[in-house]
Amino acid sequence: MDTFQDTVFKLKRYWADRGAIIQEPYDMEVGAGTMCPETFLRVLGPKPYRVAYVQPSRRPADGRYGENPNRLYKHQQLQVILKPSPDDVIDLYLGSIEAIGIDLKKHDIKFEEDNWEAPTLGAWGIGWQVMLDGLEISQFTYFQQCGGFDLDLVPAELTYGLERISAFLQGVDSVYDMEWAPGVKYRDVRFLDELQSSVYNFEMADVDRLRRLFDEYEAENKRLLKLYDPKSEAKARFPVIPAYEQVLKCSHLFNLLDARGAISVTERVGMIKRVRDLAVSTAQTWADQQS
Amino acid sequence: MNFLLEIGSEEIPHWMIPGALDQLSKLDLLGAVPLVDATPRRLVVKAGGVPERTPDQEQIVKGPPLSAGDKAAAGFAKKQGVELSAMTKVGDYYELRKTVPGRRAIDILADYLPAAIIGLQWPKTMYWTAKNGPRFIRPIRWIVALSDDQVIPFEIAGVRSGKVTRGHRQLGAAAIPVTIESYNEALRKNFVILSSHERRHKIETEASKLGAKIDADLLETLTFITEYPTAIRGEFDPKFLELPAEVLTTVMRHHQKYFSVESAPGVLAPSFVAVMNTSGDPEGLVKQGNEKVLRARFNDARFFWDVDQKRPLRDRHIMLLSLTFHAKLGNYDEKARRVAGIVQELASQFPEELEFPFEDAHHAFAAAAICKSDLTTEMVKEFTDLQGVIGGLYARAQGEPDAVAQAVYEHYKPTSADDSIPSTRVGQLLSLADKLDSLRECFRIGLIPSGSKDPLALRRAALGVVRILIEGRWELLLGKIAQDELLNFLMDRVRHYFIETRDFKYDEVNAVLASMMTPIRTLHDAELRLQALAEIRSTPDFEAVAASFKRIRNIVKQAQGFSHAFDASLLESGPESDLYEAYLAAQRNLQGKSYRVILEGIASLRPQIDAFFDKVLVNVPDPKIRSNRLSFLARFLIDLTTFADFSEIVTAGEQK
Repeated sequence: MDTFQDTVFKLKRYWADRGAIIQEPYDMEVGAGTMCPETFLRVLGPKPYRVAYVQPSRRPADGRYGENPNRLYKHQQLQVILKPSPDDVIDLYLGSIEAIGIDLKKHDIKFEEDNWEAPTLGAWGIGWQVMLDGLEISQFTYFQQCGGFDLDLVPAELTYGLERISAFLQGVDSVYDMEWAPGVKYRDVRFLDELQSSVYNFEMADVDRLRRLFDEYEAENKRLLKLYDPKSEAKARFPVIPAYEQVLKCSHLFNLLDARGAISVTERVGMIKRVRDLAVSTAQTWADQQS
Repeated sequence: MNFLLEIGSEEIPHWMIPGALDQLSKLDLLGAVPLVDATPRRLVVKAGGVPERTPDQEQIVKGPPLSAGDKAAAGFAKKQGVELSAMTKVGDYYELRKTVPGRRAIDILADYLPAAIIGLQWPKTMYWTAKNGPRFIRPIRWIVALSDDQVIPFEIAGVRSGKVTRGHRQLGAAAIPVTIESYNEALRKNFVILSSHERRHKIETEASKLGAKIDADLLETLTFITEYPTAIRGEFDPKFLELPAEVLTTVMRHHQKYFSVESAPGVLAPSFVAVMNTSGDPEGLVKQGNEKVLRARFNDARFFWDVDQKRPLRDRHIMLLSLTFHAKLGNYDEKARRVAGIVQELASQFPEELEFPFEDAHHAFAAAAICKSDLTTEMVKEFTDLQGVIGGLYARAQGEPDAVAQAVYEHYKPTSADDSIPSTRVGQLLSLADKLDSLRECFRIGLIPSGSKDPLALRRAALGVVRILIEGRWELLLGKIAQDELLNFLMDRVRHYFIETRDFKYDEVNAVLASMMTPIRTLHDAELRLQALAEIRSTPDFEAVAASFKRIRNIVKQAQGFSHAFDASLLESGPESDLYEAYLAAQRNLQGKSYRVILEGIASLRPQIDAFFDKVLVNVPDPKIRSNRLSFLARFLIDLTTFADFSEIVTAGEQK
């Protein structure tokens, strides 16, 4: 039986063998692998790219104090971007499922319509959730728009829910009972993080301070982007990626405030728009810089 | 010749397939009838008897006028690629008769099919080759296009048509050369059942054998989500049966696409039937996997239930404050308060003799206060379809009176034309108030549905109001609960309901709704009048009388300026006073009778009416007599058509 990390190794090996760069997780808080610059910025423009990385993804509202067997504040996604998507992309994807030890002839695989949309990123795509014996194991998306841009090349984004897949392979009911490494359970590695983060997110996060931080990061992004000069000879050294990191901060702070129950509905719409505006203007600057 | 087209695609959303097939069945195959079928990965069109080619056609091309001379004609001929001698002179012009040869069907189809395929309409399309590339529902990966044994050559999005299909993703071959004759069997050998009818039947038969309670919508979904469906049965821990059946069924049916299993009618068994897209599960792996997923889902539901009980519905007003009903219409707490207000308003509108039971009004008021609170629960956030239902279940668990809990449970009903109205008076009153609030508020700020735009489903809400009033036999007048535009909107739904749902004829509905009784009686009363009218409609006397009423109406309408003063002594003996006597008798006898009896009574006036029009001239020269006669007819018309305006009835003679 493969441990959690064995499964991760196999998936990374599989995609490395198919020409993907294996990246490490982005070192900031994100809600999904899509938000990392390796996806958000790389899908823009005409340059082909293949990358795979594990991304711990934080969703404050999904925290359950470590009590729910299947819901996590921070879960791990394996994110794969194939830009442009090859014609046999589904076969490649199914190959990766076989590579982690699932004999597809003995299982039931279905592709069920599920279009993906990230309003805070001005991004959406068309695709499916991939169901294995009734379990959603992946999200498969053909990106259509990102940062408000129609994409030149259509990337395929494959997102694997690693805890789910590994729990399935190990036949355990709770992700906390999975073996992460031989003799070490997922619980041993992650439980305290789940518990303490839930306490912080739901009970102790300082709403006023979070709001101020949101404003600060937003202001920093805006300040930076204002300084960008598309005609400058030295525009390649302009810090668009750091500017984008301010957007990631805002997005996470928004999620925290939301989980804390601190955002009224009218305010909510407005804040989503604020984050999207930052994301879109950053994407525009990036597109100009790379052109 | 025979024709086969297979558009090989990545998995198409199941609910869009029937619409695509409908369009494909209208393909222009030179007169041959397209036969269509599909799986999630292929849209297929077959036809026999496609003509080999279109016939040659003679064409007349008009040339220059004779006056332009032979030189001009020669130039014209050259342009047309013929000798001058081929031109004829017709009238004042040169003319060229030429035969345009017919085209081979295979060429026509090769030109036609790419645009026809890409031109299929889908609710949402994508591009996949590159920006500005062709759009389709999902990427097209292969195309089979055959005219007998020949490939119809074309290309879409870089995919060339050919004669090679693909089997089932896991069980079939990746490349299967086919002919039109071998196509279906080749697919079957590769675990693709092309016939959606056969797949549906296979699912239904197998699932029923395993004890599934067949759900038609789910059956349809599964038919178009599988290429080779096979049903299996799984079990779950009976301890989960403690959770409400509504939650269990929703998880199974909507989230997992399983059929539920019942141990007795209405009693869930701890089992489910899943439909795989594969041929079998010899090792039980799929069963185990699905059981595990369901267990996790049910565990979630139990977790939600427990968490939600920590804060009763009554204590959730603060949470409702931060839940928007509509950006311009405030939050759900305000909505709940308005609904409570409308409950009071409706209860107070009841006619005194039918006073609304205080107890019911009290319960409806209490239910209104908590009816939206379940929107803040974890359970409803997870299972949004169960809004209202969860509120009802929680209300009961939290010790609210049964009447209150039941009203909350049902207050979104009817959710569709097939759904019933709430079963209790309290529930109906709450549902009326909730829907009326949405309608009034949206109309107040100008959010009025137009054309296909109805994002807040106001038509459904209005139809719900109408159905509850009619089917619940409510003693409430539409004109008192809605005005102006909203009243018209509701009247449109009334008309729609009677015609579309109840199958009354449109002229009967017009007759009843145009009558002067409609604004002052209940909708249920309109229904009774309609029923009586529909029953008596086909009798010959009624038809004739309806025609006469129309005639009377026209006479009265055209004759302007007559005095409405009526003097019975001025009536002539004979047909005129006979009709008057019959009219007085009818007035007397029909008082308080059923609509059916009244109608029969009116129809029975036919001999007197016929005799009147046979023998009596209305527009006589004597102004006094004429005016009196018109006045009589007007009175006759008004008094006998109070409950339905018979002149709206389309009689046999008028039908085209």
